Amino acid sequence: MNITEILFWFLSALAIASALMVVLSKNPVHSVLWLIMVFFAISGHYILLNAQFLFIVNLIVYAGAIMVLFLFVIMLMNLNTDTEPQKNKWLKVAGVVAGGCLMLVFVAALKSSGTQQVQMGEGNIGLIENLGKALFNEYVLPFEISSVLFLSAMVGAVVIGKKGD
Amino acid sequence: MLLAIDWLLIIEKFVLIVVVVLVALGIAMYSTWAERKVAAVMQDRRGPNRAGPFGLFQPLADGLKLFFKEEIIPNTSNKFLFVLGPMLAMMTAMLTSAVIPWGGKFEIAGRTIDLQIADVNIGILFVFGVVSLGVYGIMIGGWASNNKFSLMAALRAASQMISYELAMGIAIIALMFITGSLRLSVIVEQQMNHTWNIIYQPLGFLIFFICALAECNRTPFDLAEAENELNFGYHQEYSSMKLGFYLFAEYINMFISGVIMSTLFFGGYDIPFINEAAYGNAWWITLLGVGALFTKAIIFVLIFMWIRWTIPRFRYDQLMNLGWKALLPIALVNMLITAAVVLWFNK
Repeated sequence: MNITEILFWFLSALAIASALMVVLSKNPVHSVLWLIMVFFAISGHYILLNAQFLFIVNLIVYAGAIMVLFLFVIMLMNLNTDTEPQKNKWLKVAGVVAGGCLMLVFVAALKSSGTQQVQMGEGNIGLIENLGKALFNEYVLPFEISSVLFLSAMVGAVVIGKKGD
Repeated sequence: MLLAIDWLLIIEKFVLIVVVVLVALGIAMYSTWAERKVAAVMQDRRGPNRAGPFGLFQPLADGLKLFFKEEIIPNTSNKFLFVLGPMLAMMTAMLTSAVIPWGGKFEIAGRTIDLQIADVNIGILFVFGVVSLGVYGIMIGGWASNNKFSLMAALRAASQMISYELAMGIAIIALMFITGSLRLSVIVEQQMNHTWNIIYQPLGFLIFFICALAECNRTPFDLAEAENELNFGYHQEYSSMKLGFYLFAEYINMFISGVIMSTLFFGGYDIPFINEAAYGNAWWITLLGVGALFTKAIIFVLIFMWIRWTIPRFRYDQLMNLGWKALLPIALVNMLITAAVVLWFNK
């Protein structure tokens, strides 16, 4: 086992354990914090693939922005284990069945994808230079359209905020 | 295979990390002293002058006092998260220092040593990422205290930080157009060979500076610890060294953001009007460069203090208006103009 392999197994175990804790924690705030751990572990995998840009963007966008909003909402709702509404039993069964189906699809997709050698630590598509070239040459139209979409969402937020005046 | 590591490199980096952490802590410690002195000068008082000459031992006395205070963890709090909060605040404050180029190169026994812990490809973005994680320390601490005031303060801090990160990010994008690299060492070298980025990006710097004030939770943006409406803010339930960690993290953040502003806009470890390359890798010129960076950073810290004791705190709606309706559009316009100018000159 070299260092890369040790890190890989550590991060994988961390990701899976944290993901389980997201579901198993009684307290919703703990679930959110475990979810942040999952994002950190997955970002660690990006580092192992030498995709530094994807690593940091994953952290900024998911751990740094989206999860803060999640935490925000959950803290404001102040959900506690004792005040949490008990859901219908059938609803729980339906949830388990739906989740199981999703997992079945994932496993099947992984199984049929065949084995591929992963470039550990030496691939360079995730570096910002290569990624930028790919985005602005091959995928320039969808990329620009989606960026306009984001800008309009941002302007929209400001407009909604202005309504009060 | 496990032992096939460059042990010298590990030792070198380890020493560098320890030195950077100690220096950052030391500067943060004396920032608390400087803050009182600055406040005293501005209010025509003497400030701390009992402990040691000019009150120089005051930070030691303060630290000792915090250590000896009783450690109280509220019964209704979430114990684990309550302890985790200050730890996270301190960690995120220190983490940014990993990618900052503190100086040029040293040569010791034929080995060239970079005065930078990690010269990563994504330098600025790393700083930005850690800054965006900085809000967790406050949010977790505020929520785990199980106190309404703490929670309100934590939510305020979170929304403030998210709002100002936007304008900060766009100001950084405009800077990236000019540097063409995210690597902090490259950005500093460019400024050493040409002019400082402040010449090209004065507006970007102003936006960045205001956002840095907001991200550090400094007055006039210290809504998260507004005494008259929130008692004491997010660290109301904290005592002893946990409170010390929160207060200390703020000073470390101030110092680190001063260093980052100097690195991005004011040439980093570049000594003005001197061509360092002419002296080669002499150890004293490297040390002078480090001194130049620290001087710039400390000037920023002093400006932060000057602002704190001059401008009163914003109202919360004013804060949000400034962030979303003033800084964000200005940053966008700045980015567009920079892009147009860069495109024009590269034709």
